[in-house]
Amino acid sequence: MAQTPAHIRPHRLDKNEIDKNFSELHPPLSRSEALIEADRCYFCYDAPCTTACPTGIDIPGFIQKIRSDNVRGSAQTIFRENIMGGMCARVCPTEVLCEQACVRNDHEEKPVEIGLLQRYATDPIIDDDTQLFERAKPSGKKIAVVGGGPAGLSCAHRLATLGHDVVVFDKDEKLGGLNEYGIAAYKTTNNFAQREVEWILSIGGIDVKNGVTLGADFTLAQLRKQFDAVFLGIGLGSANELGDDLDSVPGIENAIEYIAELRQADDKSELPVARSVVVIGGGMTAIDIAVQSKRLGAERVDIVYRRGPEQMGASPFEQNLAKTNGVAIHNWLQPVGLKRHDAVIEIELMGTELDKEGTLKASGESSVLEADVVFKAIGQRLADEKLGNELKGFELQYGRIVVDETQATSIEGVWAGGDCVSGDDDLTVSAVQHGKLAALSIDRHLRS
Amino acid sequence: MANLTSEFLGIRSPNPFWLASAPPTDKAYNVNRAFEAGWGGVVWKTLGEDPHIVNVSGPRYSTIHSNDRRVIGLNNIELITDRPLQTNLDEIRQVKRDWPDRALVVSVMLPMNEASWAKYIPMIEDTGADALELNFGCPHGMSERGMGAAVGQVPEYIQMTTEWCKKAASIPVIVKLTPNVASILPPAKAAKEGGADAVSLINTINSIMRVNYDTLTMYPTTDGMGTHGGYCGEAVKPIALNMVAEIARNADTADLPVSGIGGISDWRDAVDFLALGASNVQICTAAMVYGFKIIDDLTDGLSTFLDDKGMSSVAELVGKAVPSVTDWQYLNLNYVEKAVIDQELCIKCGRCHVVCEDTSHQAITHTVDGERHFEVIDEECVGCNLCVSICPVDGCISMRHLSDGEDPRTGQAISKEKANWTTHPNNPMRKQD
Repeated sequence: MAQTPAHIRPHRLDKNEIDKNFSELHPPLSRSEALIEADRCYFCYDAPCTTACPTGIDIPGFIQKIRSDNVRGSAQTIFRENIMGGMCARVCPTEVLCEQACVRNDHEEKPVEIGLLQRYATDPIIDDDTQLFERAKPSGKKIAVVGGGPAGLSCAHRLATLGHDVVVFDKDEKLGGLNEYGIAAYKTTNNFAQREVEWILSIGGIDVKNGVTLGADFTLAQLRKQFDAVFLGIGLGSANELGDDLDSVPGIENAIEYIAELRQADDKSELPVARSVVVIGGGMTAIDIAVQSKRLGAERVDIVYRRGPEQMGASPFEQNLAKTNGVAIHNWLQPVGLKRHDAVIEIELMGTELDKEGTLKASGESSVLEADVVFKAIGQRLADEKLGNELKGFELQYGRIVVDETQATSIEGVWAGGDCVSGDDDLTVSAVQHGKLAALSIDRHLRS
Repeated sequence: MANLTSEFLGIRSPNPFWLASAPPTDKAYNVNRAFEAGWGGVVWKTLGEDPHIVNVSGPRYSTIHSNDRRVIGLNNIELITDRPLQTNLDEIRQVKRDWPDRALVVSVMLPMNEASWAKYIPMIEDTGADALELNFGCPHGMSERGMGAAVGQVPEYIQMTTEWCKKAASIPVIVKLTPNVASILPPAKAAKEGGADAVSLINTINSIMRVNYDTLTMYPTTDGMGTHGGYCGEAVKPIALNMVAEIARNADTADLPVSGIGGISDWRDAVDFLALGASNVQICTAAMVYGFKIIDDLTDGLSTFLDDKGMSSVAELVGKAVPSVTDWQYLNLNYVEKAVIDQELCIKCGRCHVVCEDTSHQAITHTVDGERHFEVIDEECVGCNLCVSICPVDGCISMRHLSDGEDPRTGQAISKEKANWTTHPNNPMRKQD
């Protein structure tokens, strides 16, 4: 932005108020709360919650261990399947995963609070830096993991426990990927993402190279030569565009960039905040930027999404969170024009509807919203300028890397997981599962 | 409203709920509060000889909790009263004077010699108390000194001591029995032989609660050492009910009035005791967990229950269920039941399947036509009631009686004739014509 309009300024709220707004969304359970909640688990046979968990955590098993005060055993049950069980306890959309499958829903419409129980079991391990795993004897094999987000770290940790040596290459200053730079701040307080990273790395055998980018600083070809196997967990490189030259209007920003800035800010009251904000998109990022803008002191926040609430990537819980934070969600509206008048952006909107074939079309009704800032939260894509050539040779689908059920790519010796692969849901928990599956597959491959 | 007025050995009380001899009835202050709250009577905490005994100044109680810290069982090592005899006698006299419509029974424990009984019983009777209850039950502390359960475990001692007491007393004598015996019948018969007007049961069960997981000592301890105590609370109710029913259904003891004790927490527990033969009930642990106010639900719930049953008094309920209690050998072996799962209520937790699969008769499905579906396999079901017992949804699984046709499990025709083990061909001791 050439110059910051008057309506975009820091200190909309004082620091205390902002600290309060960015305190924990769900406070952790006390021991007595956890014991009572654990008692609600029916210990189902072939439990539907476990089936619903992308990482297949033995949920009744870990809850029963909470019930008997065997908290460390409980944590081990969780971490064995999901090394980021701590972060997932905070960010998983449990209401569409394990908790949706809980049989208590049929009984009384209130599932066991699995997410909070998982947090109860895992927090002490990270807080006390307790090591729960041992490395197998050295295999002499070395694996490159590109990307230190949930997929990469999950893969690295599993490989390390299996006795392999790992080097993690990451483009950022800190590991953690979206856990560190993407997730809403009130979901992961007290520097949890970094503490979790440190705990994961404490298994040993994992070297980290920060600030290096695939394509710019090193190539896949080099890695394939130097290492016995390569895992790519590189996420998605660049934000999608609105097109039609709308992206170049001053005041149009990428939500993920602002969120990254917010997550790294020591004092959030220093962040520039607009008086009125419009968010374009319907996923988790749209909710995250909208709610956080509101909590930073924006007076008016509107989300505009071109389809209905059911099609939104954000879960009903997240949509509700936005609404209770004073965010207005406008469904069936699509931006068709963005104009800047002095300090104000005018967003021309066209109503949308589905035709008989189910295709989205303009309804003919138009309206206008005004905003100081417009955040794009319409998804990201893998390809960017730096990565460009590196994707050559991979089978791609919708611009993402195609993998088989073991996370192997079409290139020999290269596995991939997380958001950069096609066909999954872009959730942290799924990325962790990809990393784990890839590590197991790599291990089998290297030992065969 | 049904009339809850109770008469036990001619002692009238406005309801059949007495506080058992225990810490809640240790002194006038507590007893006055109990009567103000509405309790029908009390059994004053056990008096002993002078000088009075002493108690430890460390933990006297410990509990088993559910995870929400509901008290399931309580253990205590408190001994009989540790106050001067005269103080107790004075207070008993005053309380009886202040509350003439309530039952006031005095518990007593004395050494095994007739002189002690001859000396102390008249002093107690002089207070105006309605009856005496002989504490032959406490399993801890006093039993080491040859009293309490040490008496209650030897029928001859029970009879002898009861006789001494009866000789000295003109008011009714209730003998309180210990459950720490192989069978309750010999002690009950001995009490009757000794002239007891009634028995009360059960006293507490010998117990150690757990260990301290940090120190690996027993828990709780006094200065690092602990001792077994008496266990009570809702966990002991089934043990007490069996003993009450044994006395009520045995010809030798059936006419002995019973005051039922053991884990009564609400009015339904009282219904259990009354229907299985107790004429009134005594309560301690529930009051020690919640305070005296629980009397409101006890009286209100029992009264409503009697109304619903069309009964106008507690006496009509007493012993109602006794005829349904029998020996295993008389159960009808031709009677066949199968579990049935209400699919509308089933929440598909799968517990019935896994417990049947792992621990019983492999009689409940897990998958039907590729779907998660739990259904009883009549060909395997023995009607054991395990699934009904462990299903988390009330009413989801029930038992269905097969009244005709054949039992798919045995392939045999259902017989309407009753047949039991006493005549079964597999019974080598069967009765033969």
